[in-house]
Amino acid sequence: MADGRGGTLRAYRALLGAQARSQTAYRTSFAVDLVGNVGATAFDVLTVLVLFGVTRELGGFTLRETLVVVGLSACAFATADLLVGNIERIPQYVRTGLLDAVLVRPLGALPQLLLMDLPLRKVSRAVFGLAVWVTAVVSAGIDWTPGRALLVVLAPLAAVVFFGSIFVATATVSFYWVESGQLANSLTYGGRDFTSYPVTVYGGWFRALFAYGLGFAFVSYHPALALLGRADPLGLPAWVGWAAPGVAVVAAALAAAAWRVGIRHYRSTGS
Amino acid sequence: MGSLNATVAPFTTSNVIPWFRTFWALAASGFRRYSTYRQATVAGIVTNTVFGFLRCYVLLAVAGVAGTAGGYDRPQLATFVWVGQGLLTVVLLWGWTELADRIRTGDVTADLLRPVHPVTAYLATDLGRAGHAALARLLPPVVVAPFFFDLYLPTRWPTVLLFAGSATAAVVICFACRYLVNATAYWLADVRGPLVLWTLGSGVLCGLYFPLRFLPEWLYQALWIATPFPSLLQTPLDVLVERDPAPVQVTLVAVQAGWVVVLLAACRWVQRRAERRLAVQGG
Repeated sequence: MADGRGGTLRAYRALLGAQARSQTAYRTSFAVDLVGNVGATAFDVLTVLVLFGVTRELGGFTLRETLVVVGLSACAFATADLLVGNIERIPQYVRTGLLDAVLVRPLGALPQLLLMDLPLRKVSRAVFGLAVWVTAVVSAGIDWTPGRALLVVLAPLAAVVFFGSIFVATATVSFYWVESGQLANSLTYGGRDFTSYPVTVYGGWFRALFAYGLGFAFVSYHPALALLGRADPLGLPAWVGWAAPGVAVVAAALAAAAWRVGIRHYRSTGS
Repeated sequence: MGSLNATVAPFTTSNVIPWFRTFWALAASGFRRYSTYRQATVAGIVTNTVFGFLRCYVLLAVAGVAGTAGGYDRPQLATFVWVGQGLLTVVLLWGWTELADRIRTGDVTADLLRPVHPVTAYLATDLGRAGHAALARLLPPVVVAPFFFDLYLPTRWPTVLLFAGSATAAVVICFACRYLVNATAYWLADVRGPLVLWTLGSGVLCGLYFPLRFLPEWLYQALWIATPFPSLLQTPLDVLVERDPAPVQVTLVAVQAGWVVVLLAACRWVQRRAERRLAVQGG
């Protein structure tokens, strides 16, 4: 069986290599894409800076504190978007019948789809996101402890897993409703926007739903509080900042379950 | 008789009624075409509504305890966000690559053979699309929002007329910008570069991410005069929430009118240049 596993890995590597070669074949287009992808995240950060140009604090948080929240969200979203973001194209795969071809191959459907379309142009954005995160953490004046040093590494990883789960879970909706494309955006890109600001900014049932119903508060807000050593203005205990990895694991399990149910439900159009 | 195509000066007829008939028929077909994508419309409305909540809460937090930011009070900010979310699809900032696709595949030759100028034909279809979006995409968020936020209602009656004019101008300006971006496909094999620049630039400079009045005064005034971007979204929204006294409102709409003329002329010029070098493969 050792040979079988080696063969599988080789097959995945071949898929990824073919992608990399085809995407970099048109050098100018690829370079433009690299720059353009940085732009999207750069403007998200710029927006926060502009908002702080007209106010001194946002939801009770200063610019430096907010940048920790933005940095964590931007870094994690960009990385998750690079690794699994292209799953949002699944309606196209269903419509064109490509999904059928994927399903008959002796490899996992999800890894194939991810590797077949890994958007290398988004690498630039992930790197930029990481730079924002590092800058934010360094300039925030964090009182370092071993625990916080661990959290600085763990929190982005947990957030990547969480965003990745959201991407996969929302993509499964297309197995039931092919034209649902934009609906997924409200949770993926909406989630990115939500996690870019302290949750104290939001109010009412909307905050309850996004922050705790869907779990977005654990992506950036609570880890940022733990790093900054701030008490939660909403009254949750300090250890909640450390719950992020646990929440990410639960999200990943739910997304995996949703994917399995979805792909079993899938019936080819037969075209 | 010389060669006959859409952009060669047609046989002049003084009768404009057939022209209006054609324009109207094209617009109506645009309206009908988009009214068939019902599921996509519902999904889009939900997404616009979610983003309405997100952006609205953020801007209200910016206003904070003081209650104002950038010269807007809280109801004005809420209206700015919610109508902006609806207007986004009416002007269709993103996601229109129809012309570029047709140029790439060569289908555009069919457009050139028609006895209507391509800019006119695409504009008519786009106005029909915008009409559908105004009903199906602008109204729902505006109806939902008052249940959750205090919105600002115009206090001067001419504002309503000005807003209608301003929004229409915004649709035409946005169409012309998209047409120009798409038309780069006549020269470039891959239009992704211009598209990426347009997507990034338009989003941040039209007032969607934050009201441009949050920027320093010299900067936003320069943007307003030197670029068409604020005319896409910021102007209609500023007119609607009566950010400025009436004379300024009228001036802003006049700036839009200037951009309509300049950009449509640019579209026609680019189209004429492009046709001289267009070579479509095939037999």
